[in-house]
Amino acid sequence: MKLAWWKILTIILLVYVLVMGLVGEVPRQAILNETVRNLYFHVTMWFGMVLFLLISLVHSIAYLRSGKIESDDRAVEYVNTGILFGLIGFVTGALWGKYTWGSALPKDPKILSAAIAMLAYFAYLILRGAFEDEQKRARISSVYNIFAFVIFNVLIFILPRMTDTLHPGQGGNPGFNIYDNDNVMKPVFYPAIIAWMLLGVWITTLRIRLKSVERLLNEH
Amino acid sequence: MKAWKQIPAVLLLTLVSTLHALAQGSQIEMADRLREDGKIWVVVGVIVLIFIGIAIYLVLLDRKVARLEKQVKQDRDGSVIK
Repeated sequence: MKLAWWKILTIILLVYVLVMGLVGEVPRQAILNETVRNLYFHVTMWFGMVLFLLISLVHSIAYLRSGKIESDDRAVEYVNTGILFGLIGFVTGALWGKYTWGSALPKDPKILSAAIAMLAYFAYLILRGAFEDEQKRARISSVYNIFAFVIFNVLIFILPRMTDTLHPGQGGNPGFNIYDNDNVMKPVFYPAIIAWMLLGVWITTLRIRLKSVERLLNEH
Repeated sequence: MKAWKQIPAVLLLTLVSTLHALAQGSQIEMADRLREDGKIWVVVGVIVLIFIGIAIYLVLLDRKVARLEKQVKQDRDGSVIK
């Protein structure tokens, strides 16, 4: 294994989050009760997704500037991981909502926006499928990636805050603080964000390395 | 509405909800029983075990890729694997 400090950190942090996520102290909230612990799991998935899509964007732009196919490989793998985390976020959100809001899919602006935002990235993958030529595929999908990222952020961050939504963040504030009176959750929440992000990066780097090896093998 | 104009409303809301919560005391149901019995540690144990299993799998996968990389590198001396 390509040993790295951050891989070990990932495992340590995740064990910490999993343990503290269950036994740690959380504020007592009506409606949410114990499910507020999902802050460390459902919410962090989305944070992770945003990071991976951002990294993907960076690589797409790098490809457009350099023409190196490796950049495009990285871009697509980070989109893959981003979509994975997004799907998990979506499903876990549905489960959470079912038992707290009473519905797995309420008419909520943020949920709808998130679904559309994810569609934008499904479209990225489908777009890639339309091209045989590697360089053409990379170029077109890199340009599309930029557009998708902008749309994604507008949908997930800007639009839901302009309107009423079930999600915390009505009318303008991110709103996690109303759930965390004494800041008891922050010592687990912040490491959780980092831990899940690191995990996603680890998985993605594995896929990228595998792709590199495949490329080298195919050159024979 | 300007952000600072919302401050009084937010303060009022915080005050009211805090008072409400204080009035309820520990009446908001939580899984206290599960914690008192110590059974929560069973749940923790299960989840940590699952995760350790996944982590081991990830490590093994990482090793496999590293081995492949080394092999390909050896076969094509001088190629750069990023």
